[in-house]
Amino acid sequence: MTTSTSTPAPSRWERLRDSFLWYSFKRDRTAQLCLAVFICLVVTAFSAPLLAPTDPYDLAQIDILASELPPFWIDGADPMYTLGTDAQGRDLLSIILYGTRVSLLIGFGAVALQALLGVTFGLMAGYLGGRVDAFLMRLADIQLSFSTLMVAIVVGAVVKATLGSAFYSQYAVLMLILIIGLAEWPQYARTVRASVLAEKNKEYVDAARVMGLRSKRIMFRHVLPNTLSPIFVISTVQIANAIISEAALSFLGLGMPETHPSLGSLIKAGFDYIQSGSWWITLIPGAVLVVLVLSINLLGDWLRDVMNPRLYKG
Amino acid sequence: MNAQAETIATMPTQNEASNDSLLQIRGLKKRFSLSGDFLEQLRFKGGKLIRHQEYVHAINGVNLDIKRGEALCVVGESGCGKSTVARTVMGLISPSEGEIRYDGQRIDDLSSKQLLPYRKRMQMIFQNPYASLNPRMTIQQTLEEPLRLHHPDWNRQQILDKVEEVMRSVGIDPDWGKRFGHEFSGGQRQRIAIARALAVDPEFIVADEPISALDVSIQAQVLNLLMDAQRDRNLTYLFITHDLAVVEHFGTRVAVMYLGTVCEVATTATLFAKPRHPYTQALLSAIPRLEDDRPQHIRLSGEVPTPVNLPSGCVFHGRCPHANARCKQEIPALITQDDGTRVACHAVEEGRL
Amino acid sequence: MALLEVSQLDVRFALRQGEVRALRDVNFTLERGERLGIVGESGAGKSVAAFSLLNLIAKPGFIAGGSITFEGKELNSMSERGLRKVRGNRISMIFQDPMMTLNPVLSIGEQMVECLKAHRRISTKEARAIALDKLRQVQIPSPEKRLDQYPHELSGGMRQRIIIAIALLLDPDIIIADEPTTALDVTIQAEIMALLLELCEQHNVGLILITHDLGVVSQVTQRMLVMYAGRVIEQGPTREIINDPQHPYTQGLINALPQMATPGEKLNQIRGSMPSLSNLPSGCAFHPRCDFINRADGLPRPACTQQVPDFVESGNCRVACHMVAEMLEDRRLKEESL
Repeated sequence: MTTSTSTPAPSRWERLRDSFLWYSFKRDRTAQLCLAVFICLVVTAFSAPLLAPTDPYDLAQIDILASELPPFWIDGADPMYTLGTDAQGRDLLSIILYGTRVSLLIGFGAVALQALLGVTFGLMAGYLGGRVDAFLMRLADIQLSFSTLMVAIVVGAVVKATLGSAFYSQYAVLMLILIIGLAEWPQYARTVRASVLAEKNKEYVDAARVMGLRSKRIMFRHVLPNTLSPIFVISTVQIANAIISEAALSFLGLGMPETHPSLGSLIKAGFDYIQSGSWWITLIPGAVLVVLVLSINLLGDWLRDVMNPRLYKG
Repeated sequence: MNAQAETIATMPTQNEASNDSLLQIRGLKKRFSLSGDFLEQLRFKGGKLIRHQEYVHAINGVNLDIKRGEALCVVGESGCGKSTVARTVMGLISPSEGEIRYDGQRIDDLSSKQLLPYRKRMQMIFQNPYASLNPRMTIQQTLEEPLRLHHPDWNRQQILDKVEEVMRSVGIDPDWGKRFGHEFSGGQRQRIAIARALAVDPEFIVADEPISALDVSIQAQVLNLLMDAQRDRNLTYLFITHDLAVVEHFGTRVAVMYLGTVCEVATTATLFAKPRHPYTQALLSAIPRLEDDRPQHIRLSGEVPTPVNLPSGCVFHGRCPHANARCKQEIPALITQDDGTRVACHAVEEGRL
Repeated sequence: MALLEVSQLDVRFALRQGEVRALRDVNFTLERGERLGIVGESGAGKSVAAFSLLNLIAKPGFIAGGSITFEGKELNSMSERGLRKVRGNRISMIFQDPMMTLNPVLSIGEQMVECLKAHRRISTKEARAIALDKLRQVQIPSPEKRLDQYPHELSGGMRQRIIIAIALLLDPDIIIADEPTTALDVTIQAEIMALLLELCEQHNVGLILITHDLGVVSQVTQRMLVMYAGRVIEQGPTREIINDPQHPYTQGLINALPQMATPGEKLNQIRGSMPSLSNLPSGCAFHPRCDFINRADGLPRPACTQQVPDFVESGNCRVACHMVAEMLEDRRLKEESL
């Protein structure tokens, strides 16, 4: 008895189109809206050099006399500066675009580092078990007991002391990626480890062992691809967390410097001026941050529901 | 110890066994620790700090020979250790005690590298067709992988040809290679799993309940496939199952297990015609037959004891209608009867049964 | 009038591929104390039939047509409140996996008392006494101890006995058992089925047993239905169907059992597999796998591929098969001409 081929095997594109993910996406207005907002923000932020009316990093373009100008819908605005200017005379629209870019860079970069460390450690801990597992999980526990803030202070202090303040400011983006990446890898490690422990007992892993394949190959070629869906789900939340963490650090002065600000630094810079009436300097970047993080979180919620293993059909 | 001496006395000698037996299991024991790691084992008892260790005694002294070309079926209910025996034979679990010899060579203490040539000769088919194929690999990839590993010198065309050949031999259209496991039904997946095992041209296959998860009409198809494969490729099977009807049809010899020990080993015809061990008798009577109007089984008293605290003496004495004082204290050895059947039972030895 | 009457039951599932008909035109009755078996392979619709009796089909499934009448009252149109009075009380259900059915954080006693108090106004003490009595009826050793134990402390066979005890707590008229012994070992299965049979006979409780195991059906039930792809294809007294199956699928199912084959020879297999409900073949759903689609003269029977077969009465059984209909018609014509 041979099973006959009535139709050719579907291509990757057809599989995506027929999948539950796409079906669910088409029916969920919130998810569509959030994805649209998120893509919009990402695209505009990364095209900042093309879209921004001025270059806020170019000191020659900044006019100190044009500082604290309100946004266009308020009296006293200058049409050249659509959203107004900050205390140093930088165009708020431009600086927000560049700042969002920095925030996103750090967010994605930190999550990439977390994922790299976390997935590798989680995979090793889950598959190899025994002492390796115990050691790596204790390491994760220790890491978790240090808050991101503490890690930032320690790393910041160490780098500034050894390599100097200027070095720190110059490589602030990398420093922040490193800090947030190191602080949060246990999240990935634990999630991946749990998945790996579940997959390890499945018979296709036994079949691979019986075949004679080596542990490393089984871990990466067989087990890892099957633990990916929880990774996608937590990644969205982690990106949102990373952006918020960076904003918090910058707000406290431990993150991006004011000369090369992120959204958090902008909020900090404008914070003192709320009392004097220039609320736009702090609130508009704040609003952008909220919208960005909210859209990511809502997308993450939708993704988590869609990828619920009960419904997920491979 | 009493039991060990007795089991050695009844083992076939190395010479007479190695000529026609492909696999030899000697004195196999396996314990799984329930105690957790060191810190969790420490307990207070009677004012002192002691180390508390609990084990699941999955296998308690198994001796079996599998002859070339035969299909040895191991039957038993859940908790009897038959799956553990299968996995230990294939090297997925390492034994706590005992030896496993394949074609005369000891294989349970080899490293993965040393074991590799044996992997080409011994393969396994698993119970759950839904979990035995990697959901992220296409069928083509699943079937090519063992070939690439064991025949690194083959070129691409040779591998493709072999994959196509083995797919046809199990009744799967080779055009379906680009599809994923979840696009197939249970019976088809099991065929693919069989194809994967046959791809490396093994001589020995361990099948761990390969048809239990399938529908009745599909079971017949897959069982026929396994029988054909045995005839065409001269295979030797170690077939684990709980379904005695399948054993009666498919097996050459049967070993009945209870709580990690072998109760009876006999040829299929003999076992079904004249079961000796009380457990075997109860097991056979419990199969629901189409001819019956009412359940007509031998009632066993009590519940199956846990493999954590094994009963003393014969593991079956608590439920056996024929147990006496000796059964409570002494572990019976597998003794060969006149017709070649081996039974581990004091009552049979004493002639009471 | 029978205790339970199911007439032209039609259950559908609204899936994203479209509407799938899980059950079509299912008819059967159950008298008081009668034992009925529903047999079929996975995907045939037997569990759907059982669940729909108590209106337990969850979205996206729904009862699209037909009626289920219990003691003259219609169940499928009853309110949730009315149904609650029936469930557990007059019709109770036993599911396949005992570990999933029992709440792991409540003791056995708590679960049984909760069930009793949901339907009767009695004190906890009285409820415990009734629970103890039922545990004795299912032959559980040391029942007083069990009341305070938790499900994980008991073996699979014991748990299933407790489930049976819970099903009997309110002295129901019908017990629906959905594959109650599939997850159990064969010796425990024999004990549980014997127990169920004894209890049903002693207390005159009706039983609807859903299973794929023909041996169990033959030992326990008086009448049976065979289901295939959502339809009943043969029904009648169990003994008659097992000894002389008329529908080719039933014949194939029985012949495929290893018991029926000669040792060493190949098993008789039915080629192909059950079609998925969203992709049924035209005409008779079994025709692609049937060996009898040709007539006696060798030519194909057009009805098999074009028309869904109706039921014909053959002796005490009803069969939905064109070949059987043809045979009966031929016989009738022969008798008339004599």
